[in-house]
Amino acid sequence: MKISQSWLADWVALAQSGEALAEQLTMAGLEVDAVTALAPEFRGVVVARVAELSPHPDADKLRVAQVDVGDGVLRQVVCGAPNARAGMVSALATVGGVLPGGMKIRKAKLRGVVSEGMLCSAAELGLDEDASGILELPEDAPVGREFADWLGLDDTVIDVDLTPNRGDCFSVRGVARELAALNDTPLTGPQCASVAATHEQTLGVTLEAPEACARFAGRVIRGIAPFRRSPTWLAERLRRAGIRAIHPVVDVTNYVMLELGQPLHGYDLARLTGGITVRLAAAGEPLVLLDGREVTLAPDMLVIADDRGPVGLAGIMGGDSTAVGEATTEVFLEAAWFSPEAIAGRARRLGLHTDASVRFERGVDFALPAQAIERATALLMDICGGEPGPLQIAEVPAHLPKRPAVTLRAARLQALLGTEIEAQVVERIFARLGLDAVATPEGWSVTPPSQRYDLQIEVDLIEEVARIYGYDRIPRRPEQASTGIRPATESRTPEERARQLLVDRGYQEAVTYSFIDEKVQAAFFPDAVPIRLANPIAAQMNVMRRSPWPGLAAAARDNLSRQQARVRLFELGTQFEQDAEGGVEERQVIAGLALGPVWPLQWDAAGRRTDFYDVKGDLEALLTLGNGAERWSFEPGEQTALHPGQSAVILRDGAAVGHIGALHPRLAAELELPVDTFVFVVEVAAALGARVPAYHGVSRYPAVHRDLAVVVDEALPAERLLAVVRASAGPWLQSVEIFDIYRGDRIQTGCKSMALSLILQAPSRTLTDTDVEGVVGSVIDRLGSELGARIRD
Amino acid sequence: MDTLAELLAQALGAVEASESLTALDEVRVRYLGKKGALTAELKGLGRLPPEARPAAGQRINEAKQQLAAAVEARRERLEAEALEAALAAERLDVTLPGRGQRPGGLHPVTRTLQRVESLFRHAGFEVRRGPEIEDDFHNFTALNIPENHPARAMHDTFYFPDGRLLRTHTSPVQIRAMLDSGAPIRLIAPGRVYRCDSDQTHTPMFHQVEGLVVDRDISFANLKDVLYGFVASFFEREVQLRFRPSYFPFTEPSAEVDVLSESGRWLEILGCGMVHPNVLRNAGVDPEEFTGYAFGMGVERLAMLRYGVDDLRMFFENDLRFLRQFA
Repeated sequence: MKISQSWLADWVALAQSGEALAEQLTMAGLEVDAVTALAPEFRGVVVARVAELSPHPDADKLRVAQVDVGDGVLRQVVCGAPNARAGMVSALATVGGVLPGGMKIRKAKLRGVVSEGMLCSAAELGLDEDASGILELPEDAPVGREFADWLGLDDTVIDVDLTPNRGDCFSVRGVARELAALNDTPLTGPQCASVAATHEQTLGVTLEAPEACARFAGRVIRGIAPFRRSPTWLAERLRRAGIRAIHPVVDVTNYVMLELGQPLHGYDLARLTGGITVRLAAAGEPLVLLDGREVTLAPDMLVIADDRGPVGLAGIMGGDSTAVGEATTEVFLEAAWFSPEAIAGRARRLGLHTDASVRFERGVDFALPAQAIERATALLMDICGGEPGPLQIAEVPAHLPKRPAVTLRAARLQALLGTEIEAQVVERIFARLGLDAVATPEGWSVTPPSQRYDLQIEVDLIEEVARIYGYDRIPRRPEQASTGIRPATESRTPEERARQLLVDRGYQEAVTYSFIDEKVQAAFFPDAVPIRLANPIAAQMNVMRRSPWPGLAAAARDNLSRQQARVRLFELGTQFEQDAEGGVEERQVIAGLALGPVWPLQWDAAGRRTDFYDVKGDLEALLTLGNGAERWSFEPGEQTALHPGQSAVILRDGAAVGHIGALHPRLAAELELPVDTFVFVVEVAAALGARVPAYHGVSRYPAVHRDLAVVVDEALPAERLLAVVRASAGPWLQSVEIFDIYRGDRIQTGCKSMALSLILQAPSRTLTDTDVEGVVGSVIDRLGSELGARIRD
Repeated sequence: MDTLAELLAQALGAVEASESLTALDEVRVRYLGKKGALTAELKGLGRLPPEARPAAGQRINEAKQQLAAAVEARRERLEAEALEAALAAERLDVTLPGRGQRPGGLHPVTRTLQRVESLFRHAGFEVRRGPEIEDDFHNFTALNIPENHPARAMHDTFYFPDGRLLRTHTSPVQIRAMLDSGAPIRLIAPGRVYRCDSDQTHTPMFHQVEGLVVDRDISFANLKDVLYGFVASFFEREVQLRFRPSYFPFTEPSAEVDVLSESGRWLEILGCGMVHPNVLRNAGVDPEEFTGYAFGMGVERLAMLRYGVDDLRMFFENDLRFLRQFA
């Protein structure tokens, strides 16, 4: 909400600068977003009177004015404005002056007639969008005075970002009231004196939904002068508040809303049929709003209706059919109290957000409607004349908000703030805020004024006291230290460690969006049920990710296009899967992607590209952080996103908890990624499970090392070979590793030779040759019988 | 006798002339070996008259010793030269870079979060997490944001067709934790949050850390103390904070906290307040027995202030040239 300092000055006398006021408001919880000095964007513009006006000899649309600027010399100015007339007071940009946008005023000849300056429209001076004619200033405006000066352009506009609880501050008077309380000075301001009726005409008003509209003030005003424009001072105040002047009735209702906080509406009385009823809409009822939009109403929306149907969306926007126009001469003014519950959310549902709706949603002072009608009547009559009817009020007092007294316990105030504030200080704060406080044995009983919707329970009052007292005056106080030791498990590797391991192995952590493009997701996981957002921010961010892979793949491609040849990324985050009951399962996973050279470019390394086993090595390092290498296994397993011959299921204790592999070549091509792009994903819960170390004795006797080369079928997975060795070698086997694989013409085609290194050791004695031969013999037997393996000669 | 002197001179000359250990050894064998020339001289003593033998023997022995010493000296010289030559040949360019993998790095959001978590863990806070897909109750209603509350409009919520939503803040973790564990409780809840908003200063996904302490006699003064301590530790400097009254439906009194930057500007850093009694009640905690404070901060915002990042969107572009700066 934009408020000009000069308008505030009508209501509270303050010596501070705009900046200082802004600071004070901000520190009281009315955050000021911006303080803007209203520097005029023009120079050399003066108040001037059109002394004479004659036709231009050579142009039909131009006229020649003799303009008085108070120095006794008439200046000749060519003017094209249709509203120019002799005797009119307007604004003249003099020779040497500058208009907004930098246009310089020079002495010029227009169709052969010398022109010494330019009579300006509001648009030309950047005041308004009205370019239909030159500005019309009041008759008594001082001719010759700098126009900027006369307009009071040395003003400051304060933009206050109000929090939803402070609807009471949604006006000049509201902010002024707050400033008066903060500075402990009185709130003054224009009176809303009653306007005496000059006729008895009223309009019937029926409140059919009193819980939503419990008070409705109105007045018929007849015979206002048509085709008037609001005076410059009023238009200027509206402009500084960010509202354009359009019609005196609209301008006045806006003005009063800005000043008092009560939204009003002016109807063209001639266009209303019968009386007014405030009621809930019928489902599907149509209404064309002031802005020309047609909306379909819902039964929880409150409307103002005449005998033919809805003429306005209560508290949000008036209807088009009864809007005032240039020719309007009879109006009906409305200032009603609508309950916040009856208005809240409706505007948003219709895609609307109006000055009225934001105020009613937060709560408008129910004591305001009559004052607002009086103020608006007086202002309107100043502009357009007219005959006021009696102030009419329809109300159902039982449905007006209650302001019951709220109890504040002194002890609670002290306990919650952690500091003691003296009783008299508290009472002075209440007095400044206009809260009626009565001392009780335990503290106070406080009755809030009608405009304060936010003071309903004890803590509301505690906040008020703290706010005015000053948060900065509340001391810092350490809590009582708790000495309890918290439980901490050793059976889980910290996430930090897992991240660090991948970092140390050359991976860069990425953070990709949790919502991705459904089409991309389908390319990776055609079988996944998409979990769609109802209101995605963009079409390519419309489903929750089934895996971090698509995001990592996109990040990899983006980096390739940024000329990064080597990309290693990982992400730890949530993936989303639809479960059997239609719910969503959120799973924490660690996913990675690697492509490009296995080593960063360096002077002594083979320029080999990353392959499956590089990435598997990184993954194995991650999986064995928790000390349980024997619980993990890899099985060939297909995955739609992966190369069918280069993909594995990751198993922990036999349960699938992840995948690793090369991207499917078709997918890689689609994503513009190289075919040797490798990815992995594993569930965090499984990957980070850890075993607490359990010591076993270290043998003091020598270990025996035996190498063994066996020829097996090409298709035999290494893990099966190792499993048979482990199962058959007995308790002395310390380790078995594959140290070479040979394929070639020295062995049978369709076979491979696997070279195994066995280390045997006994805990309590030195193994003899016989012992060792026994072990090796049984290993060879079992390899032969179970896998058809033979010793390579 | 002249023969011995001549022989010795000849031998010493040969030692000095030896250019390798092999040549030197040949010289040694030639003169001092079993069949060497000087050894032969000793064997020849028997031909001398007995009274002449001691003196002659002594002279021969002295000659042998002199020669042996010369051989030893020469050997040391040759060995030292050989080592020097070998060392010279093995010289490396020690300025060439080392070989192997180069570490990557953590995302700045993680880096910041780890720091925040570590600071609060040390202060006895437990780290709790909650689901990212939430229901209306935990994300709004329980947090004192009823249907149609104007604060809902500020949240720009992402919805699913069934009415569930992406959490707009990490505050629902407060509710879950209190319903789960009751009071007293001391936690922080880090994680991803989502708002349907995207421009220069907003991304539809970002990270928050929520903090909650509920216990007996917890006051606003305690909240101020914790936040002063945290912000000072986080930025590793003495800080000046400004607690500005504000409004959050789930806390009262509520405050926005600004930190005075080194260039003298107030920068908004977090929001906080005393837990609203309705929130405690909704989470099954008696607000007469317990009070509490809560705070929430944007992790990207902290990272931007700490590391001088000036474009929020960089956090989600995963540009390696950006990410590597935080390694």
